[in-house]
Amino acid sequence: MLEYPQILAELKSGLTALTQGRLEIGEDTDLVGDLNLDSLQVMNLLLEIEDRFDISIPVSILPDVRTVKDLALRIENLARGG
Amino acid sequence: MGLFDKFQGLVAARGELEALGIDPFGVEIERILSPTEGIIRGRRTILAGTNNYLGLTFHPDCIAAAHRALDAEGTGTTGSRMANGSYASHRRLEAELAAFYGMRDAIVFSTGYQANLGVLAGLTGPKDVVLLDADCHASLYDGCRLSGAEVIRFRHNNADELATRLRRLGARAADALIVVEGIYSMLGDRAPLEEIVAAKREHGGYLLVDEAHSLGVLGERGRGLVEELGVLADADLIVGTFSKSLGGTGGFCVSDLPALELVRYSSRPYIFTASPSPATIASTRQALSILASGRELRARLRANFEHLHARLTAMGYTLGASPSPVIAVVLADRVEALQFWNHLLQRGVYVNLMLPPATPNGVSLIRCSVSAAHSPEQIDAVCAAFAELRATAGSVVAEHGAGG
Repeated sequence: MLEYPQILAELKSGLTALTQGRLEIGEDTDLVGDLNLDSLQVMNLLLEIEDRFDISIPVSILPDVRTVKDLALRIENLARGG
Repeated sequence: MGLFDKFQGLVAARGELEALGIDPFGVEIERILSPTEGIIRGRRTILAGTNNYLGLTFHPDCIAAAHRALDAEGTGTTGSRMANGSYASHRRLEAELAAFYGMRDAIVFSTGYQANLGVLAGLTGPKDVVLLDADCHASLYDGCRLSGAEVIRFRHNNADELATRLRRLGARAADALIVVEGIYSMLGDRAPLEEIVAAKREHGGYLLVDEAHSLGVLGERGRGLVEELGVLADADLIVGTFSKSLGGTGGFCVSDLPALELVRYSSRPYIFTASPSPATIASTRQALSILASGRELRARLRANFEHLHARLTAMGYTLGASPSPVIAVVLADRVEALQFWNHLLQRGVYVNLMLPPATPNGVSLIRCSVSAAHSPEQIDAVCAAFAELRATAGSVVAEHGAGG
């Protein structure tokens, strides 16, 4: 079963690589406001997470996602079949 | 946060362009002379970035047809297809498009953008799944967004990833909509349609192919990549535009699915906009007839793009894909692409500048689009401008590939 801490760790690692370690990534980090990521970068990060956990993550969840925590919770929910 | 704060990034990007003295996104064609020539910045310029693949914008038969419709039916329909905006000519064009593909029916939309928006938003809703190639055009992404469907991307042209995502869907795969393009507009590469069709056959789903850049270009009769690869029967929906090989404005969707007729009633981009003007429909109908029998035009187009592709390759440029009417030259970064684009314009060659995030994998591109109407001398002049830049700015060309 895919658990929240595992998803959070994977997201942090992916985001750290994407931002080349310029910022400390936490649960409350704002993907756009703090990390200045564009939509394409976030969508491509999802592809990596999909590979890692063998799940599909619809990009249509993104409009409701602001922080790392929002994203991790949505992925956890998807992994549970929600 | 203020209303205009979101523009700060744009202001900075424009400032960068102003500092370089380049305005690639505000080019004015002061006078259009032919499908392949115009006056820009006061000088005669070869147009090699207009997607006018068959050069039909000045075809005398298309112009005459538009004139006749203008005289007989007036300047505009002043209404939606749902209200007063459906004329006999709109229905005739729909019947002709359906017959061209050998399918049951077609819907005409006011632009190509709206065709994609209208089909996706009309056909799919919040309970549906769309499987989208990552490099699909913005109009397909926007259509997904308007539909509210669950949108799952797969890496560009990766049929294995598509199959994996279909497998994960289980029983839902049977009703999923797979969305790909024939020729992709940024790099000019083609979809591996046989493999995509194989994934669909194994797992289920419906296939939509956007042939915007391949209509009139590929296939014996110009029906696009689906015809060229012999998979027309596996494409459940085909969308396309009138604004490239047909030289007009508008878009369409053809399908054998009886439900296509119902999309008219659920498609906001079809309902809440005015229909194409009679002159637009008339020139498009004439152009479609020329396109369908246009083997010679396609042969000339192919000779032109193969020649330009071979010459640019021989000069050592990194190109986005194998030969197609869209030839993308990959450059090192934004600044080099901007300067390169500007130098070409100074030498009388207009092409498109394509920068991230509109491009895949963050590449900066100079995109040429080739026309059947380009003369051998014009293609040679384009080659000469590229050769000159290669000689004077050898460092301009990047080491990295296009990734596609």
